[in-house]
This record gives sequence, C-alpha cells and structure tokens, in this order.
Amino acid sequence: MLTQQIVNGLMLSAIYMLVAVAFTLAIGVLNFLNFSIPGLFMIGGMVAFGGLRLGLPWPLAFGGALGAAALIALAVERFAYRPMQGSDPETPLVSSLGFLVLLENLMLVRFGSDQQSFPALLADMNLRFGGLVIGIAQLISMALSVLLVVWLSWFLSRTNTGRQIRTVAESRETALLMGVNMGTLVPRLFVGSALLASSAGLLFAVNYQQVSPFMGEGVGFKGVAAMIVGGMGSIWGAVLGGLLIGLVEVLTISTVGANFVNISAYGLLLLILILRPQGLIGQPPSREKL
Amino acid sequence: MSGYLTGVLVTLCFNIIAAYAVYLPMAAGQLNLGIAGFMAIGAYAAAFLTNEMGWSIWPAVAVGSASSCIIGLVIGIPVLRTHGIYLAMATFALGQVIAAVFLNLEVVGGAAGYPVASYAAPAVIFMATAGVMLFVMLLSTTRFALYLTSVKSDSTVSDLMGISVRSIQAAAFAIGAAIAGFGGALYGHSYNFIEAQHFNVMLSVFPVLFVLFGGTQTVFGPLVGAMFFTLAPELLRASAEWRYAIFAFFIIVFMAVRPQGLITTSLFAAFRKRPNGGKV
Repeated sequence: MLTQQIVNGLMLSAIYMLVAVAFTLAIGVLNFLNFSIPGLFMIGGMVAFGGLRLGLPWPLAFGGALGAAALIALAVERFAYRPMQGSDPETPLVSSLGFLVLLENLMLVRFGSDQQSFPALLADMNLRFGGLVIGIAQLISMALSVLLVVWLSWFLSRTNTGRQIRTVAESRETALLMGVNMGTLVPRLFVGSALLASSAGLLFAVNYQQVSPFMGEGVGFKGVAAMIVGGMGSIWGAVLGGLLIGLVEVLTISTVGANFVNISAYGLLLLILILRPQGLIGQPPSREKL
Repeated sequence: MSGYLTGVLVTLCFNIIAAYAVYLPMAAGQLNLGIAGFMAIGAYAAAFLTNEMGWSIWPAVAVGSASSCIIGLVIGIPVLRTHGIYLAMATFALGQVIAAVFLNLEVVGGAAGYPVASYAAPAVIFMATAGVMLFVMLLSTTRFALYLTSVKSDSTVSDLMGISVRSIQAAAFAIGAAIAGFGGALYGHSYNFIEAQHFNVMLSVFPVLFVLFGGTQTVFGPLVGAMFFTLAPELLRASAEWRYAIFAFFIIVFMAVRPQGLITTSLFAAFRKRPNGGKV
C-alpha cells in the first residue's frame, strides 16, 4: 500500500518538477517570478482538450497546445517583462498575474468553469508487479519529464546558448558586454519555460483525465514551493523539490487526510525558508533577488 | 441606497482594508503574499469571542486584530530573516499554512465553515474603513513613514544612519498583520459566515495587485487600486462573461504603460507646480 502511494507520489512529483523547472528558468536567469506559468500549464491541458473535442488527431492537438503556450509566452515577454525593466522589482508580478487571470477567463468563456473530462488516449493499460499497479500513461509521462530535465541540464551546461543563458544569470551587464544578444535570448527563454509548463499541463491532463480553467493554480503554486525547497535557480534543485513536495503531498493524503496537504507541503516550504533560505542544494544568494 | 450598491460598497471597504494591510509592509520593501492568513486569524478569533464567549463586536474585533498582530510579530521575526523573493514566498507559505490550520480546527467548524451570530451593519464597515484610512494617512505624516521609505530604499544606509532596520521591518509587518486581522474580523461579522476556503491564495494576491496597480509611492495608491479593481468589473457587468477577461487585459496594458502604478509622486508634483507654470 505504501509503495503504491509512493508510485502515485512520483507521478505528481514529475509534474511539479516540470513546473518548478519552468519557474526556475525565469527566476534564476531573469529574476522574474513569472506568475503566468500556472496559466501556461492550464493552456497545455485546455487547448489540447479543445483540439481533441474538435476531432483533431492527438499529435495535432498536443502540438497546438504547446504552440499556443509558446505564443502566449512571447506576449508575456513583450507586455509584462520588457516594459518593466528599470521599475520596481515587484511590478512584473502584476502583469504576469494579469495574464493568468486573462487566460483563465478566456478559457472560462470558451469551455465553462466546470471540470471537463479529458479523453483517455491510452486505453486502460496497467503494468502489475505483485500488488503494485503502474499505469502506462504514468510511466511514459514520468520518463518524458525526466528526459526533458536531463536534456535541459545538458543543454545549459554544454551548448553555446546554454553558456549564454548562464552568463545572463550571473550578470546581465557582463553578458551584454560580452555580446550576448539579449533581444533574442530572452524571448527564447520565455518560450522554453512555457514549453516546459505546458507539457506539464498536457501530462497532467493525460494522467488525471480532467481539465478545468483553474487547474493551473494549485499545481502552479506547488511548483513554486518545489522550486524554493530545492533551491531557486538550480535545475536539480527543482527536481529534488518537486520530488519532495509530491511525495509529502501523497503521503499526507494517505496518512492523515486531504485537508492536511497545505499544512505539510507549505509547512515544509516555510521551514526550509527559515532554516535554509537558499534551498536544499541552492547556492546562497550573492545578490538580492526579485 | 439599493442593496446592490451597498453590497458593492461593503466589498470595496474590505478590499481597501486589505490593500492597506499589504501597503504598510510594502512601504518597507516587503512583499507580503500571505495576507489572507492574517485575515483568517482575525476573523476566527473575533468570531470565536462573539459566538462562544458572548463578547460584543468591538472588543472582539480589537482582540482579533491584536492576535493577528501578535502572531505576525512572533512569526515575522524568523520569517523576516529572509529577503526579497524569499520573504514573499515565506509569507505565501505562511498564509497557506494558517488557512489550512483553520480548515482542520474543529472548534471553529473545520471544513464545514463557522457561522457568526453577531452582525455588523454596512454603516459600521464604512466607518471602520474610514478609520483604517485615517490611521494609515496619519501614520504617513510621521517619522515612521520616513523610516519605512529609507529601509525600503537602502537598508544598509538606514542602518548606518542609526535606524534599527530589523525592528522597523518587524513593526511594518506586524501593523500590516493587525490591519488584515481587523479587516478579517469585520468580514466575519458582516457576512455572518466564515470558512477557511475563503482565505485562499487569490485573496492574498489581489490586495497586492491593488497596491502595485495604484502605486506604492503615495498613501493614496492602495485606495485607487482597490477602487479600480472592485468597481471596474462591476461596470463591465454589461458584457457579463467577458468582463474578467477584458479587465485582465486592461491591467496588462495599463502596467505596460505605467509600470510605477497609477498614482505616483511625480503626478502630485505636477499638480503642485502647475500654478507657477514651472516644470516638474
């Protein structure tokens, strides 16, 4: 029974992990707490749902969802991030939250506020090991999220673009002086972050077979918690944080009840922030963030 | 006054109180994303006192506000060791934990919610809101407001100038918590029902939007922000289902055009200078 819970927890962890990595890209490099990410997560699930309902084949629906998220991310960059350079550090928060509210309400107008059931794409196929049940969809999603994160980590440490991104994270001015083209790098970062968030939304929709315009809020905020628990700005920190938050959540539900989830998950976040603000494997901040 | 108008105005009052609860810590450079938690403390404490102890409303509201203030001080001291985004996330987590604790507290109804017997009429709420506004405006004319600004602008220099940065920060955080608790306590008695689910993330985040939208530079920013956020969706009611989408669109465009918020000090300076014909 406990192992089954851990397996379920790992699934949830994989989703939190992707969202946390999406947040960490924006905050670690650009110092921008991008609150539109929960909205992009929701777009991943809802647009795919809309496409499937129109009768599109699934690759088209999924591609459309990811494409929509990428386009929206470009708009967020243009209208929420770029005009705010040089103003109070908190202000981009307002417009990125504005995007969250806008996206949620656009979907609300189109699909209504109820939870919709997402069609099961892989007929109920389960692997059984002894008493343990693992869904194929679960397994594929977990593998996909781990692959994405491993690839991203490779990309950041080995490629030229990755080196540029790391330079910007270290010092924006130096990066500019070194000839990094911020005008194209920043939009690409936003798109990358959006693709991660919307694939997380897609995986969520496929696995839990439900979507709603507000599906991004709970998961998105847990993703922020995961990012901080692990260590802000660190990819592997986001992975570790996602794992911890997902497992804590599932184990809390199975031992004391669903109403205690927020106490344990956010209690963990609060404890980490007080005892070790840089997160479990993060570097202590060398400069003020946000 | 029609029932509808009264309803909107009462909502506006609670939004104004919440905006000022966020404004004070923000004037000291702290982004408090957990204001809903402090509202919950005030609401539940006051409701418990009027319901179970038979207190009348005002002492109960005062104690609710005070308990929120004390908890803000006790929790604020370790939490304020963090800065910037870390502080914002710590307050965010704090708000979530507090709301979840009340969700599981069976003495005050747990997940089923908690009916409140005593009633505070709209007139009482209007007066209380005016009181909160007066308090913050008076506070903004004292040296304390100067300390807040200096701590926000540069805490190292403030420290060198002999300002106790930690105590100013803790004070701003605690006063913000007290105002939030005050608003929460009145909320419970105005609607006669509280439930933990009401004190959610969005209740914490929206007051922050009011303040940033109105502008943090002057004491009038939160008021204007709260008014815009409460009244604009009502005025957009004509386009029923699109109104929040239009409203969100406005916010994005507006912040792109005026990132410092609606009401800024330079705006005031422009008004003052105009009679002389001088430049700002």
